[in-house]
Amino acid sequence: MKLEMRDLMMAVTLSLALGTSGAQAAAGEPSGKSLVLAPAKGNCVACHALPTVKEATPAGNSGSPLIAMSARFPDKAALRAMIWDATAVNPASFMPPFGKHRILTGDEIDRIVEFIYEL
Amino acid sequence: MSSRRQSDIEPGAGRAGLFLGVGLIGAGLCLGALAAQALPPGQDQARMLAHFTQRFGEIPLADYVYGSLMFDPEAMARHDAMLDFPPHASLLDAGERLWTRPFRDGKTYADCLPDAGLGLARSYPRYDLAQGRVITFEDALNDCRTRHGETPYDLLDSQTMGVLSAHARGLSDGMKMDIRVPDGPAMMAYLDGRRTFHARLGQHNYACASCHVLHAGDRLGAQILSPAPGQATHWPVFPAGQGPVTLQAQYLACFQRMGHVPDGPGSAMLNNLEYYHSALSNGLPMRAAVPRP
Ligand code: HEC
Ligand code: HEC
Repeated sequence: MKLEMRDLMMAVTLSLALGTSGAQAAAGEPSGKSLVLAPAKGNCVACHALPTVKEATPAGNSGSPLIAMSARFPDKAALRAMIWDATAVNPASFMPPFGKHRILTGDEIDRIVEFIYEL
Repeated sequence: MSSRRQSDIEPGAGRAGLFLGVGLIGAGLCLGALAAQALPPGQDQARMLAHFTQRFGEIPLADYVYGSLMFDPEAMARHDAMLDFPPHASLLDAGERLWTRPFRDGKTYADCLPDAGLGLARSYPRYDLAQGRVITFEDALNDCRTRHGETPYDLLDSQTMGVLSAHARGLSDGMKMDIRVPDGPAMMAYLDGRRTFHARLGQHNYACASCHVLHAGDRLGAQILSPAPGQATHWPVFPAGQGPVTLQAQYLACFQRMGHVPDGPGSAMLNNLEYYHSALSNGLPMRAAVPRP
């Protein structure tokens, strides 16, 4: 909680410094965790359970549970690539191509990767 | 899931092709679509039902009208209780009042429509040769209004068209959906609707078929995704006693999930989509104005 507040403050300061609108900064959820949970951002929980994250509910089940990610993806770049554009791996993928279709920025995807890598 | 299975039920990338940068496999899907284009509606439905049988085992055909409720016994029990004491009863009364109120010239919808509207909704949408387009049941109601000197209702207005349609579709309750698609321009419209249903569209890159064919039965967050066959049998719906929500209003909500802005209600795009989507429910019993928990 404290951490998220600090992130939020930082984002506000940053976006003010960069000249982006205040509305955008207020709507933006800056930490990797909140990007994963936010319905208008990653919304990963719509499809993946996150068994070790208690806020991640109600979770969907079309994708596999996101857990033990560093063991399953020794190569962080492969994990990032999956989130950037899952259809490059599986053209029939249900998972939105978050980077390719600009649902998330590269920076946001980086923060998500850092967060789920620890799951 | 293999891409072969995908090509069986997602015929072609259609409109999404440009946006997607279709690769080799995408081209394969398109070819699959061309080969499949001669399939009449019955076969489209049969292929989808075969897919669900493979996923869930044998499901009694009539159960498809319950949509996601059939995967959720608790929600089904709540639905049954709502049927006994419909929380939307007063809205249905309002619909019946609109239905019986005479037009300026003294005529009524019953005078305007064949068989006084009895059993009519089950064969809509249909291709209207004179107008050269697919018309929905709601379009037909509005046509009556304009022919008898009234202004048409806004297709999305739940308090007029919504409740009127709830009553008028109810005159087909218990009858089986019977969408006809003759060869010629009607078939072209059907195929256009089919392309829309199976095309990946919008920022999220979903097709209608992604959620209501490939992943039907899965949970998206808290919601269970319903299979496409059966979806068109029970409109409008009254979610938690509110609404009503017409079928095309539901389409718009789902397009929003896709991050795609479709043409408006009553457009060729949505009417052709409704034509294809409704034919997937052929042979299933109608029940207008159902509650949803
Ligand atoms: C609409 C559904 C959906 C959403 C939203 C979604 N995913 Fe997925 N995801 C899937 C599916 C289905 C798979 C299985 C592989 C495939 O079909 O591509 C998958 C696979 C993955 C994989 C590969 C490893 C595995 O478990 O198979 C990772 C990592 C992943 N998703 C992470 C994420 C993250 C992070 C987000 C949010 C930023 C996210 N997903 C959002 C549906 C989704
Ligand atoms: C990302 C997922 C998703 C996509 C894509 C999607 N829908 Fe839906 N749809 C849902 C959810 C969730 C519901 C509510 C649960 C249910 O009944 O399936 C729903 C409900 C419906 C219903 C009502 C079902 C009922 O029996 O009450 C219809 C009809 C429908 N969708 C049609 C469509 C059409 C047509 C498209 C494409 C234009 C589409 N959907 C695209 C998620 C989706």
